[in-house]
Amino acid sequence: MRTSQSLLAILCATAAFFCQAEPLSGAAHDFTLKTNQGNNLRLAEQRGNVVLLNFWASWCGPCRQEMPKLDELYQRYQSAGFIVLGVNVETDSAAADKLLKKIPVSFPILYDSDSRVSQHYKIDAMPTSVLIDRSGQMRYLHRGYIPGYEELYRQQIKELIKE
Amino acid sequence: MNPPNMFKLMILFGILLCSACTGISPWVKPYERQNLADPIMSFDRDAIASRYMNHVYEAREAARGAEGSVGGGCGCN
Amino acid sequence: MQKAVWEAVVAATKLIRALLLSMIVGSTPLIAAVLPADRADILYHSFDGGGAEVTGPSVLVRKEVADTVSIYGNYYVDMVSSASIDVQATASPYSEERTETSVGIDYLNDKSVFSLSYTNSSEDDYEAQTVSFGISQDFFGDLSTIGLGFSQGNDLVGNNTDDSFSQDTEHRRYNVSLTQILTKNLIASAVFESVIDQGYLNNPYRSVRYQDSSAGRGYSYEAELYPSTRNSDALSLRALYYLPYRAALKLEYRHFSDSWGIVADSYEARYTHPFANGWLMEFKYRAYEQSSADFYSDLFDFSEATNFRARDKELSSFGSQTVGLGISYEFKPGFIPQVDKSTLNLYWDHIQFNYDDFRDVTSDQLAGEEPLYSFDANVIRLYLSVWY
Repeated sequence: MRTSQSLLAILCATAAFFCQAEPLSGAAHDFTLKTNQGNNLRLAEQRGNVVLLNFWASWCGPCRQEMPKLDELYQRYQSAGFIVLGVNVETDSAAADKLLKKIPVSFPILYDSDSRVSQHYKIDAMPTSVLIDRSGQMRYLHRGYIPGYEELYRQQIKELIKE
Repeated sequence: MNPPNMFKLMILFGILLCSACTGISPWVKPYERQNLADPIMSFDRDAIASRYMNHVYEAREAARGAEGSVGGGCGCN
Repeated sequence: MQKAVWEAVVAATKLIRALLLSMIVGSTPLIAAVLPADRADILYHSFDGGGAEVTGPSVLVRKEVADTVSIYGNYYVDMVSSASIDVQATASPYSEERTETSVGIDYLNDKSVFSLSYTNSSEDDYEAQTVSFGISQDFFGDLSTIGLGFSQGNDLVGNNTDDSFSQDTEHRRYNVSLTQILTKNLIASAVFESVIDQGYLNNPYRSVRYQDSSAGRGYSYEAELYPSTRNSDALSLRALYYLPYRAALKLEYRHFSDSWGIVADSYEARYTHPFANGWLMEFKYRAYEQSSADFYSDLFDFSEATNFRARDKELSSFGSQTVGLGISYEFKPGFIPQVDKSTLNLYWDHIQFNYDDFRDVTSDQLAGEEPLYSFDANVIRLYLSVWY
């Protein structure tokens, strides 16, 4: 499996368009959502950090697969100014909390129970990850998750951190 | 195959494939598929059990075909 | 002008046929854009009715390899004991065990799933091999899924009483399906399937009866004779609705007609209700009715009265009702080590068959005045499923 994953990563790196990663432009839409710690978190306050905005749900298989990988990336690059914000899109957060007990993550989880943020970001795939640079501009969009995508995330995060 | 039935089906598919031209966009967003992703919302939750039941009927009835369905679920990736 | 349009349609149909021949499908339902989950199931099945008892195991194992490929294998056995009315009436030899093995592979590429499967069914007087291909494609924001499938089956028919007897049969199936998500709580599906059979289509042991005043009981038997082709079309519509308190209701209708003159309709309603912590129950009702084949008769007027003759109750005019009850329990995670989720399931179906033009010849009445045949059957499915 390791060799096939490396191979996939190489393929992704050289032909990003096959992997549903798109460059984006424009300012990331600001929002404030409640987190699983109980406090509110505002996106604009994250200026200065590279942000990976991940839209996920407990009923989505690929999302569950992706979470531990995102946690790994968060723990690795956090000190360099990188944060993952896990936006849960479910109307009822009970299922999300249950999953988080099984797959705990260290990055903040935000609840978008009325789907307003999902609508603003025009989410058309599950999961979706949006990479935002230090000045709040959207840079990359990833639709869906297939094992191997985390290598592409890593490269793009490193690129954005260096800026 | 029965020509008139195939013809009707092809028209139906043609209409659906032209959905992009008509400007209708998907009305159920990927983040609204919580209920559809629920395991109880499968046409056949356990393939092993449905296959057997279809076999019980097919072995004793003259009718056959059109038993299974594809699609639905979480719509991820 | 009309002819040109029609020819264009025929050409397009041929193109679709050619396309189908190069596609791949499995006989189990596909979920496009995500491969089916890894699982293993072990089932005990039992059919008991009409004097026949057929039981056996079925084992299904499915595993994802290389992220975009899922493979599965199924091993199934039917063990027959006792004798149905056909055997009681004519005391013909009956095969006792049938083994069926299948293997299949599903390949995922973006929003398409390609599948291929092979099935072998074997008993001492019948050997069948089937290869299936298919493709399933998600589009329109994953709200719609189109499926296309083709399968080719080749059978070898034998006869336990005659070693030199050997006949071929060929089956081809073409299917097209469309599944559409209608609302957040409603999904509907339409499937159209054509079956074309060619070759030796009847049963070497089965007979028809004709009025014969010279015989003690008023009738005599002779071999059945079927046409060597059979074309059939079936269209099914189904809908699945999510009820707000967390339950599901499925409604299904299928219409069938074939070149032997049989028209059949089936209707089914299924209600799924989860309750307590991990329990689930299911209720089902199914009604089925069919008209008889053109060359079917319970009692022919004289020997070789028609070109084709059948007395198989499967081709007679009859109705059946099924009532089904199922209960399922999902074990707490960790109940079985190395396994994410496991369930234990028990389903009981009670089927009543009522024949309109097939008579019970085991009764002591005058030929043609025997009571119409009917019987009840109980079907049990007990299975354990694990997801890993």
